[in-house]
Amino acid sequence: MADDIDIRIRVNGLPRRATVPPRLTLADFLRVNCGLTGTHLGCEHGVCGACTVLLDREAVRACLVFAVQADGSDVTTVEGIASPDGELSVVQAAFREHHGLQCGFCTPGFVVSVTAFLAENPKPTDEEIRAALSGNLCRCTGYQGIVNAVRAAADREDSV
Amino acid sequence: MKPAAFEYHAPTSAEETVALLAELGDEGKTIAGGQSLVPMLALRLATFGHLVDLRRVHELRGIEQRDGTVRIGATTTQATLQRSEDIRDLVPLLARATPLIGHFQIRSRGTVGGSLAHADAAAEYPAVALTLDAELEALSVRGRRTIPAARFLTGTWTTALAEDELLTAVTFPVWRRPRGFAIEEFARRSGDFALAGAAVAVGLDAGGRVDRCAIGLFGLGPSACRAHTAEAGTMGREPAEDMADDIGRQALADLDSIPSDLHGSAGYRKRVGAAMVARAWRRAVREAVHG
Repeated sequence: MADDIDIRIRVNGLPRRATVPPRLTLADFLRVNCGLTGTHLGCEHGVCGACTVLLDREAVRACLVFAVQADGSDVTTVEGIASPDGELSVVQAAFREHHGLQCGFCTPGFVVSVTAFLAENPKPTDEEIRAALSGNLCRCTGYQGIVNAVRAAADREDSV
Repeated sequence: MKPAAFEYHAPTSAEETVALLAELGDEGKTIAGGQSLVPMLALRLATFGHLVDLRRVHELRGIEQRDGTVRIGATTTQATLQRSEDIRDLVPLLARATPLIGHFQIRSRGTVGGSLAHADAAAEYPAVALTLDAELEALSVRGRRTIPAARFLTGTWTTALAEDELLTAVTFPVWRRPRGFAIEEFARRSGDFALAGAAVAVGLDAGGRVDRCAIGLFGLGPSACRAHTAEAGTMGREPAEDMADDIGRQALADLDSIPSDLHGSAGYRKRVGAAMVARAWRRAVREAVHG
């Protein structure tokens, strides 16, 4: 049996320590060890984007990173996107206003992805928005409401 | 959908890494961004007793200019290349290929060396390296060597790297102006591997005639390849956009192992490939002539 590894990861601002098997993905670490089940797992092989989190401020698939690889890093999950007082972020509010979600399974991945995207591209074109959304799958809403939500969030000042 | 158990190593230098690779033999596998390897582990298409993570080997990261070339450390991420003004300016073909790789969440982690060493037949970076005659650096306990891209890519998911070798960097030559570059691919969904793709690099002499031409094809055989006959046919000619369709047809004429599957027959891919070459030729020529 493979040796477990000690890791320290800051998750949504809180330091976490754990001893984990190397094959544990960051997504499972967040869900099982940290109890943060907002990070969803759809495909577990990097296709659907539901598990997207910020790893040192970059959007990544949490199912394609082993927890041991995130040792020493900062992770933000969808639970860490809203203000501490619960007020929705600009992106989250835009998703609500523009019907950017229906069943909500894919939504954490979209919200986290769009948060990272707008932080790096505050004034995207419609084409850039569509390209940025291409890495997340939604099986019920359809994408129009999501595209509209991102457009609206981008058009607000200080959107992220 | 969970990977099989493995031992984890996180060495802090290239020397330490290759010592581990030598010791572990075929049970050891390096992991950089893991964007191809982790899905293969999760689907159990591959299992390894030991993963050697390169995340703490900082010397493998970075972009530097050296005597008319650009040397990129193997674990430099695709996102870093996409943000680099030096890459946009000096190796435009690499800059233009990068947004075609997966999605931005993949490019956050995916590395240039990982993409080259994984050597997927439909991947962009191997085709770009081949088109620009890049050189790859490999290190092992036996020493360091340089491998031209044409000899590095040996087949589907296979390269000239030995089991105990670590890909440490890739060096791209900087083409003098006037030159033009373009990469075109067709995939049924954004971010999918291309059904067929082509990269074209064209250089002109003082009289405006082609004195350098490279055409790389991907997704059209067991690994990326060059269309040498079509390239040779353009030399010394005034580049014209209306040569594009002929060059496209010629570039695809000699291919005899075009894949055929439910996404597209070999015949279909051949036509798509020719169209991609033609599109890339037009764009590359436009840039070479008009800047």
